[in-house]
Amino acid sequence: MRLLGFITVVLLGGLLFHLSLDFPDLGDASSPAATHVSPYYIEHTMEDTSVPNIVTAVLADYRGYDTLFETAVIFSAGLACFFLMRISERTAPKARFYRHLPTGLTLRIEKGGKIPEDTREFERIDSVWVPYDVIITMTCRLVVPFIQLFALYVIAHGHHSPGGGFQGGVIFGAAIILYAISNNLRRTLRRMSERMSALFGSVGVIIYGGTGMLCLLLGAGFLDYRGMASLLGVDPVSARSYSILIVETGVGLAVTAVMVWIYYNLSSAGKQDEGL
Amino acid sequence: MESLATFILTKYNYWAVIILLVIGLYAMIAKKNLVKKIIGMNIFQTAIILFYVSIGTKRGATLPIIEHAYGDSAHAVHAADYINPLPHVLMLTAIVVSVATLGVALALAMKIHAQYGTLEEDEIQEKIMESEPGSTSTSG
Repeated sequence: MRLLGFITVVLLGGLLFHLSLDFPDLGDASSPAATHVSPYYIEHTMEDTSVPNIVTAVLADYRGYDTLFETAVIFSAGLACFFLMRISERTAPKARFYRHLPTGLTLRIEKGGKIPEDTREFERIDSVWVPYDVIITMTCRLVVPFIQLFALYVIAHGHHSPGGGFQGGVIFGAAIILYAISNNLRRTLRRMSERMSALFGSVGVIIYGGTGMLCLLLGAGFLDYRGMASLLGVDPVSARSYSILIVETGVGLAVTAVMVWIYYNLSSAGKQDEGL
Repeated sequence: MESLATFILTKYNYWAVIILLVIGLYAMIAKKNLVKKIIGMNIFQTAIILFYVSIGTKRGATLPIIEHAYGDSAHAVHAADYINPLPHVLMLTAIVVSVATLGVALALAMKIHAQYGTLEEDEIQEKIMESEPGSTSTSG
């Protein structure tokens, strides 16, 4: 199998190498990819949508269908992880571990034992021992708000600089995952519960699809943002620009929520009790 | 010598893509561990992303954000001055989708590990055969 695979792969590589000699040169402005539809996008984006970042305009306006269904794919991936992994917590774990904060002692409480109530003195810790590292916890606590602010900037400023819903959403999700890694899963779940991530994921897709439907109701085509002009009270060109921001916000919400949701389910093997 | 250097400089992006693609495909075919197969799939996806982004470049062009200033609404934009935005758009969504599908693939791998206690393909196949003694399948 290994030899067969190697031969197949070498043959394919040789074939592709041979074909690559006929491919257009690197940086060739007259290559097929750069000649058909892309000059239209570059030359007309500004007058059509008044969005300088062509990538954002093509993503959310000219090719809105593609992005709508990519968002739906991401949401379904989150759902798939949920249905595959999630175990509802009926059975209590064998033993729980608590750290007594003033003394630093660790308590092991067997099944059926009395669980300490006062959360100011006792903190639950994972059964796989997690080091009590002040430096990592505090550094991440300081850094996380700035990462989140940067994520919001990336989403909101996607019209004028590199950025948009996907990038900003991933950065925001990464900030929450960083918080979960540096502290623990339960504390993160108190900040952003699973229900909230599922809700945000679906709301993001609904915002995107709803904008498209709203255009349809206002007399334009599906995802043709010129129809939003009367609702937003601006000219059709600005309406396209503003609608792109609405749509990108939806994408950002969905991507953030789904990244966090997938992380919750994968890191705790579906129990969402103990994890990284 | 001069022409050889030009030749390499105009095609080397495809070769990098082919090498990555072949590594990923080999891992998907030959490796028995499921996580290694998933990593191979990810290397393969990276090769495709690199391919798309590299065909978007134009010599002497800048990134696809139109130079603009406040009040400066209508000036002529030439397609040759900006690189092709289309591959960037397609790969932007593909990267995020690849992360999401990676999550699903890892969830499936975790489920398989919980069921069979291993991630090695041949051991999983043995366990499936043991659990069904009546069936004499030729696979594996």
